[in-house]
Amino acid sequence: MYPLDRRYSRDHEWAKDENDGTFLIGITDYAQEHLGDIVFLELPRVGASLNQMEKLGEVESVKSVSDIFSPISGEIVEVNQIVVDSPEIVNEDPYDQGWLVRVNPSQPAEIDDLMTAADYESFLESLG
Amino acid sequence: MTQQYESLSMQEESNTLKRTSLFQSHVSIGAQMLPFAGWEMPIQYSGILAEAKAVRFAAGIFDVSHMGRVEITGRDAAKFIDRLVTGDVLKMVVGRARYTIICNEAGGIIDDTIVYRLDEERFLMVPNASNADEVLAWLNHWKDTWGSQIELNVITEETALIALQGPLAKEILQPICSVDMSDVRPFRCVQGQISGVTAIICRTGYTGEDGFEIVIPSESAALIWKSFMDGGAIPCGLGARDVLRLEAGLLLHGSDMDSSVTPLEVGLERYVNWGQGEFMGLPALQESKSIGLSKALVGFRLVERGVPRHGYHIVNEHEAIGTVTSGTYSPTLDMGIGLGYVSLEFSTLGTRIAIDIRGRLAEAEVTAIPFYSRKR
Repeated sequence: MYPLDRRYSRDHEWAKDENDGTFLIGITDYAQEHLGDIVFLELPRVGASLNQMEKLGEVESVKSVSDIFSPISGEIVEVNQIVVDSPEIVNEDPYDQGWLVRVNPSQPAEIDDLMTAADYESFLESLG
Repeated sequence: MTQQYESLSMQEESNTLKRTSLFQSHVSIGAQMLPFAGWEMPIQYSGILAEAKAVRFAAGIFDVSHMGRVEITGRDAAKFIDRLVTGDVLKMVVGRARYTIICNEAGGIIDDTIVYRLDEERFLMVPNASNADEVLAWLNHWKDTWGSQIELNVITEETALIALQGPLAKEILQPICSVDMSDVRPFRCVQGQISGVTAIICRTGYTGEDGFEIVIPSESAALIWKSFMDGGAIPCGLGARDVLRLEAGLLLHGSDMDSSVTPLEVGLERYVNWGQGEFMGLPALQESKSIGLSKALVGFRLVERGVPRHGYHIVNEHEAIGTVTSGTYSPTLDMGIGLGYVSLEFSTLGTRIAIDIRGRLAEAEVTAIPFYSRKR
């Protein structure tokens, strides 16, 4: 049920290797379902550098506000303006149109620290 | 992603939670259930925004059976209630409903409630879920102290309370209701039948829309719930209810007010009957009025992006001047709105303030409440 072409963090972010030297980052279907209707996204500027697990931004839904953490280290090279303008797209399509930022990774091997789709599903089951 | 703040989920022991008679109805259509005031309640079904929109533009139904329901009957019933609330109960005719406030001796707000006069000597009082026990103890205390000729009968368990709200509420209710709803204006109540089930039908609500709050026997709750869904009403959870009540400028006891503040400080003086008669807390309120207020509950709207939430600081030039008591994103107005206490000098409409949103100062403006009023 979770896309196999990417890796997942324990904080419910995903990172996908675009095979062009960059990674896309987003939040998982579990995360958007749990948050409910998303109304604002606070994302970093292009050019910002982040370490793995450093705060990437904030997501405000009607009922809650949550921090998003970067699943890998790198420099932000693109911010998805579509989701900034229409945050509900993250609810509707968290894996494709609903990506948040594109990162130029400083340590691409970090992707191996993250969970596979199968591991992430087991992890979710353990959360109950 | 780490959740920093959730406005409606409270940390409570889940094994002691009560369930309403509609619990199975909620679960069977995929509601998210959360603890609220000791009850396991639906927080949302399809989504808070879609549900709020349904109530503003069509109709929604809410299970609010967690709220208290106390019948007060007997020869002294009217006089008894009149002595305990800030409004005039003696003048209420049968079939009237009144929003009113229960104060302690110091004028502090124990709860706000709606009182319905069902008969000359029979009233229904609906306290908030989280205050139901305290209000009942308070009523019992004064019944004994005064020796009032009344009976208190808690009907919370044996009945359900469903709110049908929105511009299409009347169209959905009328075909299955024995009473002509054109005769039941806002803040009126009537006893009749819905789908053959005996019901107390009240034209009241907590959303800022036209609508009804309906008391029915528990065993018929699922049937009536389904009748309203079949009529086109959208099931709505407590999440949408909180957004709608805040847009309509309706306060929530426990968040926006409690026993440490008076009706004057929260802007509810219009519900205080200063005329002849005596009620609990009146001397304290008179004294408070003569001294004047030092703080006030105000409404505000954000003039930039952001969602204010309960507990955030209200700031003027980096100095905290108050606290947000309720806040939300308003889908109807497409902006952040909220309520909070500020010292009196900052309470004038149009005053520029800021809300400290987790370290970021978001500009806001003191605004008249309600934030939203329906067109009549």
